Amino acid sequence: MTQAVNSPYFNANARKALDDAFLQKALARSEKGFIERRKAAVEKLPEYDALRDSARDLKDHILAHLDLYLEAYEKNVIASGGHVHWAATAEEANEIILGICKRLNAKTVAKGKSMISEETGLNAYLETNGIRPVETDLGEYIIQLRGETPSHLIAPALHVTKEQIEADFRRAHVELPPERNLDEPTSLLAEARAMLRDKFLAAEVGITGANFLIAETGSSVIVTNEGNGDLTQTLAKAHIVISSIEKVVPTREDAATFLRLLARTASGMDLSVYTTFSTGARRETDPDGPLEYHVVLLDNGRSNMLGGKFQEMLRCIRCGACMNHCPVFHAVGGHAYGWVYPGPMGAVLTPSLVGVEQGGQLPNASTFCGRCEEVCPVRIPLPKLMRNWREREFERHLQPAAVRYGLGLWAAFAKRPALYRAATSLAMRTLRLFGGKGRLRQLPLASGWTRYRDFPAPQGETFQSQWKKRGTAR
Amino acid sequence: MSEPIDAAAKKPPRVGLFATCLVDLIRPRVGFATAKLLEDAGCTVEVPQQTCCGQPAFNSGDRKTARELAAQAIEAFEPYDYVVLPSGSCAGQVSLHYPELFEGDAAWLPRAKRLAAKTFELTAFLSDVLKVTPKARFEGSVTYHDSCSGLRELGIAAQPRKLLANVEGLDLIEMKDPHVCCGFGGTFCVKYPDVSNKIVGKKTENIVASGAATLLAGDLGCLMNMAGKLSREGSKIKVRHVAEVLAGMGDAPAIGEPER
Repeated sequence: MTQAVNSPYFNANARKALDDAFLQKALARSEKGFIERRKAAVEKLPEYDALRDSARDLKDHILAHLDLYLEAYEKNVIASGGHVHWAATAEEANEIILGICKRLNAKTVAKGKSMISEETGLNAYLETNGIRPVETDLGEYIIQLRGETPSHLIAPALHVTKEQIEADFRRAHVELPPERNLDEPTSLLAEARAMLRDKFLAAEVGITGANFLIAETGSSVIVTNEGNGDLTQTLAKAHIVISSIEKVVPTREDAATFLRLLARTASGMDLSVYTTFSTGARRETDPDGPLEYHVVLLDNGRSNMLGGKFQEMLRCIRCGACMNHCPVFHAVGGHAYGWVYPGPMGAVLTPSLVGVEQGGQLPNASTFCGRCEEVCPVRIPLPKLMRNWREREFERHLQPAAVRYGLGLWAAFAKRPALYRAATSLAMRTLRLFGGKGRLRQLPLASGWTRYRDFPAPQGETFQSQWKKRGTAR
Repeated sequence: MSEPIDAAAKKPPRVGLFATCLVDLIRPRVGFATAKLLEDAGCTVEVPQQTCCGQPAFNSGDRKTARELAAQAIEAFEPYDYVVLPSGSCAGQVSLHYPELFEGDAAWLPRAKRLAAKTFELTAFLSDVLKVTPKARFEGSVTYHDSCSGLRELGIAAQPRKLLANVEGLDLIEMKDPHVCCGFGGTFCVKYPDVSNKIVGKKTENIVASGAATLLAGDLGCLMNMAGKLSREGSKIKVRHVAEVLAGMGDAPAIGEPER
């Protein structure tokens, strides 16, 4: 793992995000669109829920036999003229890719969108080694100009407003006439396209991610809406696919099952604009295509998740629906999560890949509202998995002392009903005295509550005491 | 399990009322409203000695404490035909998570499952099990917030609305996004106060925009969160547990108002 982890500072990151007016504007703009588009797409597909069940079962089957499908996949990649490289760690994956680039004397690398390359910190690594990576997905292009990382799985520049993008383009594209009109999103897109055209042609190597790897054919599949992935991989001398091991599916038909769910859940489209299947390098009869085809298969901690409490997380197909429906994500955006993967899926996956010591804040930063699980296309029980992490933290005494002692004290009373009744009876009557106006504006030890809200004063005597009196009176 | 209570049955159903710790401590009125609704529907109501269902421990990763509190509740409520809670999240804890807590425990799992099967959230119990619609009057407009656990764990959404539709004089106005979290989340609201505040702020915006004079919901935690925020914002909107209105107790001081 090479991308720096800022997840332990979630609270500070979140405060910064809440104070960022641009970010708040960008988040408010995007929130409804994702939700409404997904809803409309799902309502048009009567078998949507049945499809989710099949997809879940299929993923469980794949994960139970992952070794077999990966071996079959490797065999068929080789049979179709490609190469497979196994990478246990992010560093290994980066070294393999650099090796290919150096052998081909690559100076420029065109990149399609890939979260796995974010996980390995590939761009920074290539730059350090004198190779220029150029992101070709519009959103990724924008954040590369800004020197940022993606804040969302499928909308990496979700945190940026149109006005900010215009300013970035004017700053970066100095060769273009300053008086040009960039008011419309389409003019921004056209400008990015024009700027990227030369880069596509110059790049000796094209790197893409993979949404799926098909075992029976050795193919990789990507979905894009801009067609940049196709140019990235067909114009270069070599196409390198960087993927994690759990992306493998047995057959083309299985890939179709997931494709039917993916775009609908992610963006409300029936299918993405481009769905590209790539099998091997250019054959003699092919009019174009790369001369070499490589697949770098990254583990980076995933095989440790197999057979354990977090295996269900490996079902994830990276649609982003969980974060699109998450109140915490809506409030603070993706960067606050402090590593590659934001939102509920990131809250489960991050501690799995970087360790609970560093990622433990994230599964705590959830209200457990359950909306993520409700919309997950492969039915990952995200709240349950977040709770599993909280249990790990608790077992290892990693939670803040105040939380631990607070709950411990509460539990000590709750486990002794008679003591509880006596103590709470007294406490509530005392609180009542201070809350004569019906509400408390400040409470010792509860500033987290009273900083922003009043605390409704208790009525006085507890329900149990009052009920007991009623019983005696009758 | 959910068979209607036969009015002609010899014995009225014996219901154990699990008030929940927040109701017990902060707003006993909700407990009395619940008892009244159940008694009016012909149930015998008892309140065995109780503390907390254990949800805060469970959601904080303290499984051992959660199990101890679950065992305590299982023992306390074993004698009853039904267990009713005026809270979707605590009802969900008992009916979904208790069995999960005792997985593989031959002695406790069957007991946890038996309790789970007879445990209901109040509006679901009135609506789906007793199949009654309580008679009440409440003058004014209300808006209803769906608390997350009740909605997504137990599927409670139609029941409270159906019961409220039967209250004379009551005008239900739906707010925008009634099913979106209010930002309470148990210990979340004190562990992540800034994020929680942002979420509840969006919620109160929708509540105010609805134009309703009263906010109702079925969970006291969420209600205290929203009431506390509305009060801090200087809003005059009154906040009550849905049971209070259904039981005809909607004229008592609202949450955060001084007792008379």
